[in-house]
Amino acid sequence: MASTPGPADRPTPEETPQESLGASGPDGERGLGPANGPDWEGVRLHVVSGKGGTGKTTLAAALAIALAAEGGRTLLIEVEGRQGIAELFGIAALPYQERKIAAVTPAQLGLPGKGSGEIFALAIDTEQALLEYLDMFYKLGRAGKALQKVGFVDFATTIAPGVRDVLLTGKACEAARRKGPDGRRAYDAIVMDAPPTGRITRFLNVNSEVAGLARIGPIHGQAQAVMRVLRSPETAVHLVTLLEEMPVQETVDGVTELHDAQLPVGGVLVNMVRPPILDAAAVAAVDGDHREEVALALGEAGLGGRSRTAETVRTAVEPLLDPLLAQAREHAERVELEREQRAALQQLRLPTYELPLLGEGVDLGGLYRLAGELKRQGAA
Amino acid sequence: MTALLEIDALIDNPKTRIVVCCGSGGVGKTTTAAAIGLRAAERGRKVVVLTIDPARRLAQSMGLSELDNTPRVVKGSVGPGQLHAMMLDMKRTFDEVVLAHAEPERAKAILENPFYQSLSAGFAGTQEYMAMEKLGQLRAADEWDLIVVDTPPSRSALDFLDAPNRLGSFLDGRVIRLLTAPAKVGGRSAMKFLNVGMGLLTGTLGKIFGTQLLTDVQTFVGAMDSMFGGFRERADRTYQLLKAPGTAFLVVAAPERDALREAAYFVDRLAADEMPLAGLVINRVHGTGVPQLTAERALAAAEALEENGSPNSSAAAETLAAGLLRLHAERMQIMDRERRTRDRFVSVYPDVPIVEVGALPGDVHDLDGLRAIGERLGGTE
Repeated sequence: MASTPGPADRPTPEETPQESLGASGPDGERGLGPANGPDWEGVRLHVVSGKGGTGKTTLAAALAIALAAEGGRTLLIEVEGRQGIAELFGIAALPYQERKIAAVTPAQLGLPGKGSGEIFALAIDTEQALLEYLDMFYKLGRAGKALQKVGFVDFATTIAPGVRDVLLTGKACEAARRKGPDGRRAYDAIVMDAPPTGRITRFLNVNSEVAGLARIGPIHGQAQAVMRVLRSPETAVHLVTLLEEMPVQETVDGVTELHDAQLPVGGVLVNMVRPPILDAAAVAAVDGDHREEVALALGEAGLGGRSRTAETVRTAVEPLLDPLLAQAREHAERVELEREQRAALQQLRLPTYELPLLGEGVDLGGLYRLAGELKRQGAA
Repeated sequence: MTALLEIDALIDNPKTRIVVCCGSGGVGKTTTAAAIGLRAAERGRKVVVLTIDPARRLAQSMGLSELDNTPRVVKGSVGPGQLHAMMLDMKRTFDEVVLAHAEPERAKAILENPFYQSLSAGFAGTQEYMAMEKLGQLRAADEWDLIVVDTPPSRSALDFLDAPNRLGSFLDGRVIRLLTAPAKVGGRSAMKFLNVGMGLLTGTLGKIFGTQLLTDVQTFVGAMDSMFGGFRERADRTYQLLKAPGTAFLVVAAPERDALREAAYFVDRLAADEMPLAGLVINRVHGTGVPQLTAERALAAAEALEENGSPNSSAAAETLAAGLLRLHAERMQIMDRERRTRDRFVSVYPDVPIVEVGALPGDVHDLDGLRAIGERLGGTE
């Protein structure tokens, strides 16, 4: 998890060109990378999920930046039509088209090394993806427009929500395996800002979702191909959580569901972590024997105001003491709850990364700071 | 200065019959609904809380151990009123609608149809639709004088209001009509007379989904035909119920940028649909007992202690005192950020009454916790 190979000694594509989506996938010949490399060496498709409100989109973006840090090229995919990526990067709404949204150098992440990486983004539009897909198989031409007109796409994705998911995951898998004319990968990594934990297994388990609908035909074939990529070591599903009871519970449940569906669980990204300042023992100490001493220290730190004598200082400090202690007790209680939640996460035995709470909310600077943090902790 | 949202006045008013809590995910919407239900019951109303997908421990706090689609008495509420709670089972609610609207044989055919089964369990919007359906049923039963509804965790703020309509328009949409037209005119032979577009449509659908699914859809629509009107009518009626006097919407948010942006969408949307907005509940707002001590002063004092020490107290006491000061500085910064976020909302929506609910250090998992939230909501903490 120390230094990582630079762009020059980046592993060259080790697969034969004919292996594309639809051909047979890898059968687990690739494991995790060298012990000193990043934790997800060999993973090309990073799926980022998490409970609503945990900062899933933010961390997906930070991961895409971190993965590009050493001269790579990453694609950040959005599937829920919320334009969260555009919002985060402060750019205009993304079209259904891959476009470069940011660049990154190691220096920007506070790391040594040279090179410049690129981050591309894509907001997938289900309707267009379905038409594009149909066109690929049936050469629809202008008939596609007619289908669109009668509300066909709405209908198709309504009667079979699985079809929509196949299209979305299919697009990500395709990008993950796409190669340029020179035989090199189009992208070093794909990061997908996926649906929340509660829906993620169903979303990724496209095979079983469409199995009941289409037993044969291209959708079936597509689902199978997508499933092979998703279940391969090329994919990792990361879950974002907070150190709070509900998100942690959802994370634990989510990991079980992913395991049951044989989907590759990646790491746990613990977001908005605040450093503990005082623990319960410290608070107890202030409450008990040290109360007078602490009051004295507060006075000497200048909180006695203009008072001159020890007595008046004490009088000025006294009203502060109880409210400050009440705050400390709440804090200690939270620290204790967080400790329990951290222990619950440790039970999962998954690589875990902790990202700090950014005081002023997440702006572009904060995003790069989070990316640097992910990189330092070995997530990229 | 923005008005205070007076929850107690709202829930004490016998004319208030329905309170709908809406907001984005992760802001404590379900907890707010449950806390309002408990408070209203303890203040004398006969209340039922309809929750959609509560966290396990919150459900347990109200004694809901299973999803059985029936209101159950919540034990442990004190005071003159009564509290019931239920969790929505969307499939069962859908089944009940079918059973209520079709004669037994036809109902059986529908319930066994594979397409119906996937529609009732997974259609994007079924949950929203069925929540509205259930609300309509509870209101019609007239057993409770106040219904508090939690709304489904929607992908976007608008799903909840749109879904009933979406299911309705799906069921009598153009494609469905095209697909079922041949069946109605008398089977396959009628296909010949339809235009090429039709052939393309069924052909493409068949290729994508397989012909079996199409047959299922056609059979389903055939069987449901008599119910279509019923569905639309019910969706419309529930929609009207939401607009009627006696309904109050509460938008729930947290004092964070994203949550308040979502809240703003809700406020706009409710206004556009002429839905009665009672106000905004901002959960998890921080406060302090020493507002006079600024973050800057607290930090400066903490630094002074850490650097210079104090001649008359022990090192341990210095560290503790510095810790108290740093915590306070952090608290003041959080409060400042929350205030600015809230003020941005207020400057755009000065007329929306607001109530702020203080943050609890941990999650709520019993009635006492809900009661504490209720007290904060009512401002009687």
